[in-house]
Order: sequence, then C-alpha cells, then structure tokens
Amino acid sequence: MRLILPLAAVALIAAAPPSRPLAVTLSDAEGLLPERYGVSADAANANCLACHSAAMITAQPRLSRVQWGETIAKMRNVYGAPIDPSDDKAILDWLVAD
Amino acid sequence: MLTRRTLIASALAAPAAAQVDLGFADNGLRPITRAFPQKAEMILQRSSPPLLETPLSVFDADDFTPNDRFFVRWHYPFPTRIDPAQHRLCISGHVGRPLSLSLADLARLPRVAIAAVNQCAGNGRGLFAPRVAGAQWGNGAMGNALWEGVRLKDVLALAGVKAGAVAVRCGGLDAPIAQTAPDFEKSLPIDHALSDDVMIAWAMNGQPLPLLNGFPLRLVVPGWYSTYWVKMLDHIEVLAKPDDGYWMARAYLQPANALADIAPDAPPGPRVPVTTMRPRALITNITSGAKLPARPFTPVQGVALGGDHGVTAVELSADGGRHWLPAQLGPDHGRYSFRRFRSALALPPGRHAILARARNAAGVEQPLVQNWNPSGYNRAGIEPVRMEIL
Repeated sequence: MRLILPLAAVALIAAAPPSRPLAVTLSDAEGLLPERYGVSADAANANCLACHSAAMITAQPRLSRVQWGETIAKMRNVYGAPIDPSDDKAILDWLVAD
Repeated sequence: MLTRRTLIASALAAPAAAQVDLGFADNGLRPITRAFPQKAEMILQRSSPPLLETPLSVFDADDFTPNDRFFVRWHYPFPTRIDPAQHRLCISGHVGRPLSLSLADLARLPRVAIAAVNQCAGNGRGLFAPRVAGAQWGNGAMGNALWEGVRLKDVLALAGVKAGAVAVRCGGLDAPIAQTAPDFEKSLPIDHALSDDVMIAWAMNGQPLPLLNGFPLRLVVPGWYSTYWVKMLDHIEVLAKPDDGYWMARAYLQPANALADIAPDAPPGPRVPVTTMRPRALITNITSGAKLPARPFTPVQGVALGGDHGVTAVELSADGGRHWLPAQLGPDHGRYSFRRFRSALALPPGRHAILARARNAAGVEQPLVQNWNPSGYNRAGIEPVRMEIL
C-alpha cells in the first residue's frame, strides 16, 4: 500500500485536465536567406519562407540540383506552395550555389 | 567538418549564440536557443513551424525528460492561444452517436497514467549515410514522460463504434497555410485504437502539456512513433474503409521490412506506414570526440528504449562487438519507458569506439550495421561513441 498511495495521490491531484487559458508568443529570429557566392537569394526568399523559416533549407545536407528540384515540386504539388515556375531556375541556382 | 555551407547555416543564428555539433558528416552545427515559450535550452532545428531538439545530456540526468526540455515537432502552424474550457473533441464517422466532448466530459472517464517514450520517426536522420533530405535531427528527437489522461477506447465507447469500423483517424488544431495542402491526420487500425494502452493525455510529468507539445490534449500511442501522437487533438473520425489520406497513404512510409532497411541504390519496392519503434541504446555521459583521463574503470551510462516491448538488457562492447559486457539496468517504469543503464569499462590509453546495444522482451536486438532508407526513418542500429583515453 505504501507504493500505491503516492501514485493514487498523483492521479487525484496532478491529473485534472487544465482549466486555465494558455497563450504563448512565437518568434522567428532566422530572418532571410543570405546571398551566397554572388547568387541572389531573392527568389528563394520570396517563394520558400511563407510556410517555413530559413533553417529548413540551410540545415539540409548537400543535395543535388535534381534533388532540390524534386523538393520544389513536392512543395508545389503536395503543400500547395504558390511558387511561380518562372522562379524555379533562380531558386535552384541559389540552393546549389557553391 | 567546417565548410562554407556550415558557415552559412551558422551565420543565421543569433549573434554569439552557443552552438552544438550534432556530429553529422557535414552541416551539423546548430544553435542553442532559449527563445521558445515554456522551453529551456533546446537545439534549434527550425523556428517556424518549430523543430526543437533535446540535447543528449538531458537524458543523462533523469529517466523522465523534463517538459521544458522535451523535443518539439510541428508540420504546420497552430494556435498560440487556447482556452481549455472552450476546447472540444469531436467524435464522428462510423459511430452510433457523434459527440462533441469538453475536457470536463473526458475527466468523468477512468483516469490512466503510463510512462512512454515519444520518438520522432526521423530521429537520427542527420546521421544517415548517405544523407537524406528532411528534418536533420541528431538523436534528441525523443523523450520519456509520464502521460496522464483517459483511454481512447473509453472515449470511443461513449460514441459507440459501429460494426465494420476498420480505422480511427485523428487530427488536431494545426492547419496548413495553403488550402490545398493535406490536413495533418493519422490513423490507427481499429483493433489498436481499442486496445488498453492508447490514450488521450492532458498531462505529462504531472503538469499540463506545454503548448508546443500539444496543449490541451494529445494522443499517446505507446511503442509507436510520435507521428501518431496527434497534438492539440480536436477530432477523431471512425472509418469504415482504410485511410487513403496523404499522411497515411503517401507520407511516413518505410520499406516493407522490420528494419525499414533498403540499399541506397535499390529500386523503392513495396512500402508500408512506419508504426512500431525498435530497441535503441544511447550513451549519454560521453560525447563522441571526448578525450578522458586514464583511470582503472571509465564510467559509461546512457538511456535505452525497448520500442514496443520493454528493455530486458543493454550490453557494452569496446572491441567492435566481439565481446559484450552486460550493463546494470536502472528502475523499470514499464515496457514503454526509457530505462537507464550504467557500467564501467577498463579502457587503456588510446582511441576507442564504445558500443551499447539494447534488447527487448520480444528478443529484438540492435544490429551492428545501421539500417538505411531514403526517408531517414526508423534508425535502429548501434551508435558508436568514438573517444580517446589519454
């Protein structure tokens, strides 16, 4: 019974559902993607950051132009990203700039 | 490895922010952040929608992962203000009586508590070789908590599941920005949904869920990957046919074998949804690259999970797996919980690779060679810690 009592007490006291409203503030301190090796990030910034912050891109391992092209297609076709097809080349140029 | 790409990634961090090296082959530096509500120090993978990783040192300190260090993973934006008194959980579909339940309604059901590991299906993805695209987690996209709430089956019983039900689809308050994007919804087979272990939780570790971990309600599916643990749960639909939605039929799929293993150059082959976790052991008191002073015995300790069965053994090897030494297991909080282990190895001066492998009650053991798949799911192999005794 010694073991059961504290557990029962926890269940009675701690496990009541929350009743007070909860409000938080989120911040995105990542900002815009930078120009790199002279290639402008304007197209990537205009098309890629509406749904996710910059680190989603910069945290990726080295991916080929074909792999990044597949990613753009997935963002457009699955997630409904309104990426202007005429921007694809400029986005890809920045993604693989090295 | 410091490369031009790494420098670009780190340049995005706040000035002079502390960083952690997750040990990837490339681009593994991440900022440490304290900028997120109800969270202390976390590894920043992405601000929006948030991806926050738990530093491995947190697992070294306790069997249960503190709420303010628990990892965070969202696909879509979500409300940042929630009044639990207004929150409703809707039960619909193939039921006798569709319901809209308040938290007070749920509180009238029998209470349950279970200790269980919550682990992202992509935990450790950044360590995959060859590398794969996706959230680049180290091994900190997991945590262990005591979850409290009610059983899913008791909630479903209130609505009356009709004969012929095959699955239960769950969704939360998160929603995509583009209207054509698929709502994030996950399904459990009906038999699983009606089992004793699956629950709807409103508390973790004795406190309300942090908002970033799914306040005010989340599904808890012990032994299964976190993708099923739907956060901010607000609707449950009982289905009379299999779920053909995007998040079940096209995403979170793995090669159709137990280890989710396929050769990088092989054709895709049949795929199935990721479901159960595998046993894993992680050394938490020595980081890779550490240089430690020589002593008669070097303490080695860490944390293990058994997947969908309890941890029964953790063994250590310092000779590439030729000889294994059983570690001492810590307290047993149940089959789905973390179980810590500790031991001490006689390590002479020089370089060493310390291996820790877990075994579960079903006899499943970690393989020496890592599994691989193109989505970076279900990482299951032994994680060597390479270190040096001076």
